[in-house]
Amino acid sequence: MSTRYTPDHEWVRLDGDTALIGISNYAQEQLGDIVFIELPETGKMLKKGDEFAVVESVKAASEVFAPIAGEVVETNDALTSDPEKVNASAEGDGWFLKLKLSDPGEFESLMDQEAYLAFLETI
Amino acid sequence: MRYLPHSDEDRQAMLARIGVEAIDDLFAEVPVAARLDGLDNIPDGRSELEVERIMSAMARRNVAAGSVPFFLGAGAYRHHIPATVDHVIQRSEFLTSYTPYQPEVAQGTLQYLFEFQTQMANLTAMDVANASMYDGSTATAEAVLMAHRLTRRDRAVLSGSLHPQYRDVVETISKASGKRTTTLPADPTAQEDLLAAIDQDTSCVVVQSPSFYGHLIDLRPIADKAHAVGALLVSVFTEIVALGLVEPPGAQGADIVAGEGQSIGNPLGFGGPYVGLFATRDRFVRQMPGRVAGETVDVKGRRGFVLTLSTREQHIRRDRATSNICTNAGLCALAFTVHMTLLGERGLTRLARLNHAHAVELSDALAAVPGLTVLNDTFFNEFAIRVNGEAAEIVDLLASRGVLAGVPVSRLEPDNPDVRDVIVVAATELTTGDDRRALVSALTEALA
Amino acid sequence: MKGDLGRPTQAPAAGAAMADKTFTGNRGLQIEEALLFEIGRSDGSGVDLPEPPDIDQRLGGQARTAALNLAGLSEPETMRHYVRLSQKNYAIDSGIFPLGSCTMKHNPRLNEKIVRMPGYADIHPLQPTSTVEGALALIAELARWLTEMTGMAAVAMSPKAGAHGELCGMLTIVEALAARGESRTDVLVPESAHGTNPATAATVGYRVVDIPARDDGSVDPRAVAERLHGNVAAIMLTNPNTAGYFERDVIEIAEAVHAAGAYFYADGANFNAIVGKARPGDLGVDAMHINLHKTFSTPHGGGGPGAGPVVLSEALAPFAPLPFIRLDDGKPHLVETMAQTQGTSERPFGRMTAFHGQMGMFVRALSYMLSHGADGMRQASEDAVLNANYIRAGLSDLMSLPYGDRPCMHEVLFDDGFLEDSGVSTLDFAKAMIDEGYHPMTMYFPLVVHGAMLIEPTESESKASLDLFVATLRDLVMRVQRKETEGFTSGPRLAPRGRLDETRAARQPRLKWQPPEPFSDAAE
Repeated sequence: MSTRYTPDHEWVRLDGDTALIGISNYAQEQLGDIVFIELPETGKMLKKGDEFAVVESVKAASEVFAPIAGEVVETNDALTSDPEKVNASAEGDGWFLKLKLSDPGEFESLMDQEAYLAFLETI
Repeated sequence: MRYLPHSDEDRQAMLARIGVEAIDDLFAEVPVAARLDGLDNIPDGRSELEVERIMSAMARRNVAAGSVPFFLGAGAYRHHIPATVDHVIQRSEFLTSYTPYQPEVAQGTLQYLFEFQTQMANLTAMDVANASMYDGSTATAEAVLMAHRLTRRDRAVLSGSLHPQYRDVVETISKASGKRTTTLPADPTAQEDLLAAIDQDTSCVVVQSPSFYGHLIDLRPIADKAHAVGALLVSVFTEIVALGLVEPPGAQGADIVAGEGQSIGNPLGFGGPYVGLFATRDRFVRQMPGRVAGETVDVKGRRGFVLTLSTREQHIRRDRATSNICTNAGLCALAFTVHMTLLGERGLTRLARLNHAHAVELSDALAAVPGLTVLNDTFFNEFAIRVNGEAAEIVDLLASRGVLAGVPVSRLEPDNPDVRDVIVVAATELTTGDDRRALVSALTEALA
Repeated sequence: MKGDLGRPTQAPAAGAAMADKTFTGNRGLQIEEALLFEIGRSDGSGVDLPEPPDIDQRLGGQARTAALNLAGLSEPETMRHYVRLSQKNYAIDSGIFPLGSCTMKHNPRLNEKIVRMPGYADIHPLQPTSTVEGALALIAELARWLTEMTGMAAVAMSPKAGAHGELCGMLTIVEALAARGESRTDVLVPESAHGTNPATAATVGYRVVDIPARDDGSVDPRAVAERLHGNVAAIMLTNPNTAGYFERDVIEIAEAVHAAGAYFYADGANFNAIVGKARPGDLGVDAMHINLHKTFSTPHGGGGPGAGPVVLSEALAPFAPLPFIRLDDGKPHLVETMAQTQGTSERPFGRMTAFHGQMGMFVRALSYMLSHGADGMRQASEDAVLNANYIRAGLSDLMSLPYGDRPCMHEVLFDDGFLEDSGVSTLDFAKAMIDEGYHPMTMYFPLVVHGAMLIEPTESESKASLDLFVATLRDLVMRVQRKETEGFTSGPRLAPRGRLDETRAARQPRLKWQPPEPFSDAAE
């Protein structure tokens, strides 16, 4: 399994024709203490770029946009009661949802970890 | 000018410190073409004595409700306000403080808002309440917008029981935000078939109980029908004293409660400022508009309160905020909370019983007046009567004879011939037997 | 420790100075106060009401059966509870309240006395108009003062606060466009605008287009021109702007906006800087809300109630919402239904609120205006601007001015440049001010400036008050420069509470008091 990243600080981890999606560790650091996460319903079809979640910290609310197209097959409901999981483990337990990909080819167009780290250097 | 501390010497010294010669040097960026020498048509300042004289003269051109037999309700109610209430809300620390953005030095405001929220949630039997809104009508409009967000539908069904001006506000805001409303006809006799209007694309159904015409509406079947099709029940009230005696909306399946709290602690004041009340279920709290105080702890572990869930608000979300509302009605909420504290459960219950009893006595007395029909089988402290004549003319006639008889519905619904002969009449704990007899006698004479 | 319930927990002995530790948790005049629901009783009451007469109830099947779980207190207990709470609040009456853009000026008590006269407090909004001629005359008179002061054609009186006024103004614009057979899509909003502006534009369905600020904090007419086209409905501009400067190109901007067939909405939050010095109508404004609780000193009351009448140009006046006062031969006539507008040129877009607006605020505002008069209001604006510049002059060598050391209007904006690498943030600086007995300035607004600190002293402050304020801030800055930062990062230490855990409040919202066990049944 490999992890790819977007310039909007989301990560995508491919597993067959499904992918796990969350926000990057850098993103959670920037947001600070996360207090609430609104996730979509399962079954929802997402196009690349669709807003699919809202992440709230004490002082900010940010939309999260689909890095890749697909159908929502599972959401991380633990985040509803424990949004701090994202602060503790943004790229692990703090995953947001699982997508069944419409076009797995889109995955290849995302940045790999090295490219993302280089991208962060430019911010 | 008595409110301005500087002497001319102070001003000169300050200009010198700033490094300019004249005050107008500080206004240099105002375009020359737009600069004023002064305001024409506006007089110069006056002493406290003179201002008081002018304002008193204008006040004397109004007939104070307390000076005559008085029976108006229809969304604003005349109740007794204990002297303590006005003393507390005039304390400098409440009157002249700001929205509690610095919670360490605003615990007074935050704690009373938390108490207010608890009182509201308990009174309505809902899970959670916000820290107040502008008034009942705008709270109702916000409730409808919230229901749209929650259901992702855009059509609200408005009962004919709703206060006509509340309905107008909801329709205005709905139209402005591209939403739809289905409004049932005015319902002075509580006969409407609301259930038939609720369908799969209804986001919410808005019902007032006690209704604008005073009827107590059983919300349960409406809630059941709404929930069966995935819609929400927005329950509205304008007379919160009723909750001392009648089943709260939360016990009847309401999803959102919007109401007016003026009756507790706030004077009639010609319609404002009042205090909008808003309560809902826990699961909807993140879509609730308005400010809300929450409990937390400080760095030393001591309990304290803060404004919370503020990411929903416009100063952070800007064009993605849940509402554009900024202020609440803090001081009116304080008046409410202090009055409710003085009442307590025992006092509110007795106050409600007094209101109801006076209204029953009035209703029974009016029912005996020839040419007049009481339209209500059920009511709390106000009800509708039908008279054999134009309601507005009769109310005006009685006003000229020193009796403020009630609200002619035609004033709010001039286009509806069905209600041109309907008057909404209220009694409260302040209504005396003499008042009642004055109304009965004046109406008997007018309708003869 | 007694935990969450009962009296708030005392400071733990470890880490707290022994001098702070008391048996009660109180410190001198700072009294800890439990929640109403912890000290009240279901049968407690501070009112005596007569026993109701016997009647047959008319409640249908709706009689309440469950307890309400309300807590009541006797009158002396009520008084003590709320007076103790009040003592935990900062207020204008106790010190300078320099919140930029909020205008915390003195609230004259004459206005409180007048609004309590029975002729104002004890009249019903739906009394026959023949019995409220004084009230209608008062609204008409206040409207006349507002239109004279702003140079506008009309005023919509009913909006209940500034943001409500914004909504009213934008709906008036929507209606005016509709009357021309147009429906436009975009609204231009500078980045420095109050958050309510884009929120309002979005509420009525417009797309918000940002206008970047120029290097000096002002709006560049060229940036506006680039974004103007046939689909722009309006621009929403605050003037003086949120950085505290007058928009010097405002007339050029207004002309360009009008040439594009769009309207100029002005946020009147800062009107208090220019009353009697310039009129929005002469600057090309089409609609502007006026916060009576800012410019005309109706009390803020801990966050409301406010009032936000909207003045309108000739072009927008016909679309003002119900209700309004029409003058027939100088006699005020209340128009509150569409039916009353038939056969006239009036085209109200609808209704913003039940009844007639914030009458209690109208009474206070007119009383304030009569007291000041034309000369006093102009002097108030001048003194407000003088005071802000006096603070600027007193601090410009130590604190950083993002847009240069030049005259400002009624408020002065600093950024956190002077705190760079000190380990002290804008928030820390604000909290240290609390320990010095001051309410902080507005922090982190406007967003276009890093770590913004916006100071608005208002005209109510004496020179001596300003001198001490400046001296205090100078001392704080010098402490930062000496790296004595402990008092900043751990502040406030002397307030009724230390910093509060907002993350905890937001993660697990506790929005009402929950009983350890349910109350007993109601007494009656």
